[in-house]
Amino acid sequence: MSRPIAALTADGLKLHLQHGPIDLIITAEGCSNGRREAFAIAEDVMQTVLIDLVAELAILRIPAGSGRAVAGSVASRMISATSGFGEIFITPMAAVAGAVADHVLSHSMQAGLDRLIVNNGGDIAFGLSAGRSISIGLMGPASDHRLGGTVTINEADDVRGVATSGWRGRSFSLGIADAVTVFAHDAAAADAAASVIASAVDLPGHPSIRREPACALQQDSDLGELLVTVSVGELDAAEQHEAMQHGRVIAERLADGGRIAAALIVLGDQWCAIEGQHGLLGNRLLGPAGLPRG
Amino acid sequence: MNGQRPSEYPEIVPDAAAILDDVAKVRCEACPIRCFIKVGQTGSCDRYGNVDGVLTRIDPVTILQRTRDRAGEIVPFAVLHDTWDGELVRGEDFFVTGTGSGTTYPDYKPAPLIVSSDVRGVDTVTVVTEGIFSYCGVKVKIDTDRHVGPERAIVRSDGEAVGHVTTGEYGSQMLSIGGVNHLTGGVKREGLATMRAILALCQGESTELTVDGGSRLQLRAGSAPIIDGTLEELMRVGCGSATVGMFAIDWSTLVDEVVVVDDHITGVLTEHQAGVVLDMPASGIVITGRKSTPGRYFNIAAPGSGWGGTDLVDPLAIIERFRADRGAHPGLRLLMVGTTGESSAYFVLDDNLVPRSAEMPQAVQDSVDHIRLNCEPAMTSVLFIAGAGGSLRAGVTKNPIGLTRSVRSRLTSVTCGGAPVYLWPGGGITFMVDVTAMPPGSFGHVPTPAIVAPLEFTMSTADYLAFGGHAGSIRSIESVLADERIRQLDGSHLLGDR
Repeated sequence: MSRPIAALTADGLKLHLQHGPIDLIITAEGCSNGRREAFAIAEDVMQTVLIDLVAELAILRIPAGSGRAVAGSVASRMISATSGFGEIFITPMAAVAGAVADHVLSHSMQAGLDRLIVNNGGDIAFGLSAGRSISIGLMGPASDHRLGGTVTINEADDVRGVATSGWRGRSFSLGIADAVTVFAHDAAAADAAASVIASAVDLPGHPSIRREPACALQQDSDLGELLVTVSVGELDAAEQHEAMQHGRVIAERLADGGRIAAALIVLGDQWCAIEGQHGLLGNRLLGPAGLPRG
Repeated sequence: MNGQRPSEYPEIVPDAAAILDDVAKVRCEACPIRCFIKVGQTGSCDRYGNVDGVLTRIDPVTILQRTRDRAGEIVPFAVLHDTWDGELVRGEDFFVTGTGSGTTYPDYKPAPLIVSSDVRGVDTVTVVTEGIFSYCGVKVKIDTDRHVGPERAIVRSDGEAVGHVTTGEYGSQMLSIGGVNHLTGGVKREGLATMRAILALCQGESTELTVDGGSRLQLRAGSAPIIDGTLEELMRVGCGSATVGMFAIDWSTLVDEVVVVDDHITGVLTEHQAGVVLDMPASGIVITGRKSTPGRYFNIAAPGSGWGGTDLVDPLAIIERFRADRGAHPGLRLLMVGTTGESSAYFVLDDNLVPRSAEMPQAVQDSVDHIRLNCEPAMTSVLFIAGAGGSLRAGVTKNPIGLTRSVRSRLTSVTCGGAPVYLWPGGGITFMVDVTAMPPGSFGHVPTPAIVAPLEFTMSTADYLAFGGHAGSIRSIESVLADERIRQLDGSHLLGDR
């Protein structure tokens, strides 16, 4: 049985923590003492994260709203982040990556730090001290590996989490979005919303989309018999636009309800942005250059 | 059923497929989740999978990542240089390679690897799957006279630019494929096509490439090249001039003039130094092209897939005329032959000093065969080129410069999948390796796109510790064999043996 692995990058500025499927890259900025202490706490916290999750895994795989109680800290965050979606299918597992990032951040962020970033495979929780900001690179269209754009979050914004979901990632998706990036109050909320919006970006029954039951691909998947996207063929601009609109509807509902601050949907060569009341993206979204808005 | 069975009833057998399925599932104990994995699937982490009923480590870059992190296990494959006699450990012959970290199973799911990469202008990047960028490529040597395309012409795979035709070598056309610009500098389609082309070439698979303004190529490491649909079987033994020199003695008694047609240098026997030394009388032949030194001509025709790597289909097209005042006479016997001996024609001058096709005497045919038999089989050779970056070296030692110096001073040997490499002089550790010398499955990829390849540094323990090697990570051969899932190979796997 492996134990969590901790290692600093060569320059000593980032900490990599890994256990089973969890990979965290933690960036800590501030005085070196603060960084060292933050890393030590993060490593310590990591010792029990996976074990505690596994203990309640069976409950966490049950669709949201079951009313089952959990004791673990990460598990509680997952349940909370995935509640209140109404009829939309979601299990607490949809928020696991964000919840782990939030959990590690909450213990490690301290007064002596300017910024702390916990990146869990693209699902990110961050802490900012007064006057600080963070710039987040976004994935561009699949045909272009370069960054699609950048968003800057300030300490004054009520955003401390960003997550990206899409069918090509390490988690299964019911939809066909290349990437849905969500900015929210915390990473678990962003993670859950990104999964839900990405699942909605879809063209049900389209012949170019190949799907398989989730459990056929990974036996214990929380998605069970639900059909997940395995490959997406060529879609024309009209089809991409139509699929994105389905996702946009969900994203707008979540933004209006205050569950998310903003979302970006990328499908093929098109993208669209959805903002809540605070106009997070409006004047802060640099790029994506040359992409047609969907 | 109870009691007695009639003997002609078949035995009832439980559902064999279900049993097979249950038997083939594995329980992974690598982390607390303890996934129960079916054949052909992976666990939650995608680092372990069930390959034919065996729990197998399958993530390539995490191996490299862990080397970098100075923690974690290395999954070794043992390559034995001699024939395996069945013993588990062969003492000094036992060599642990990095091969086995290069698998891409299963293909439909990207590896969930995380590497902290610094992207200019941003503090962090949110992506669906983060990946690494690695810069490498291959140099391809195609043994052929055939013109495949002009130098600097773009080489394409699936329509995307993946490299170019570089400066030709003796008897060979050279391609340079890969590199950072094609892998990551352009659109993603180009990067993916480049990665796939590199991977196919390194894995000894047949790879189709096209050259802008040139040919269509089907290349496979260790096999004869196919150029514009034609299998190129022979490599020329020498250019036109060299061939004249080598076979002059044979010819001087059989014919009055020989022209050896070649894209680079075409040789004319009687004018050539060889013919002069043999006191052959002048033939009065006047051919096209630019004279270099006597009997040696450049550019007698354009490059192509005809005779000797030119576009020549009718060899007489390069003969302007024969001059009586320079030695031509009716009955003069002329042999024209390409530098591989695959194309040849025999002529006799008529009364008007015009060459007329004639039946080739056996002795002359023998001389043509002699050329052909001295030509080696044409081959495609693929050298993988890459460098050991700073982070990789940091995975070996606290002082990467110590490793570099140790390699330079030969205290540390570098191999790729156990195969010997050529180390470039200069900074860093940049090497080239013949892919046919490596075990199958040595190369892999991640969807970034990036290539993964094995790399081994071998040195004494004392030297390792002296340059700051990570002492806590040393493991004995015995412990590796005892604990890890390994595959032993006996050497017959090498591509070059095909």
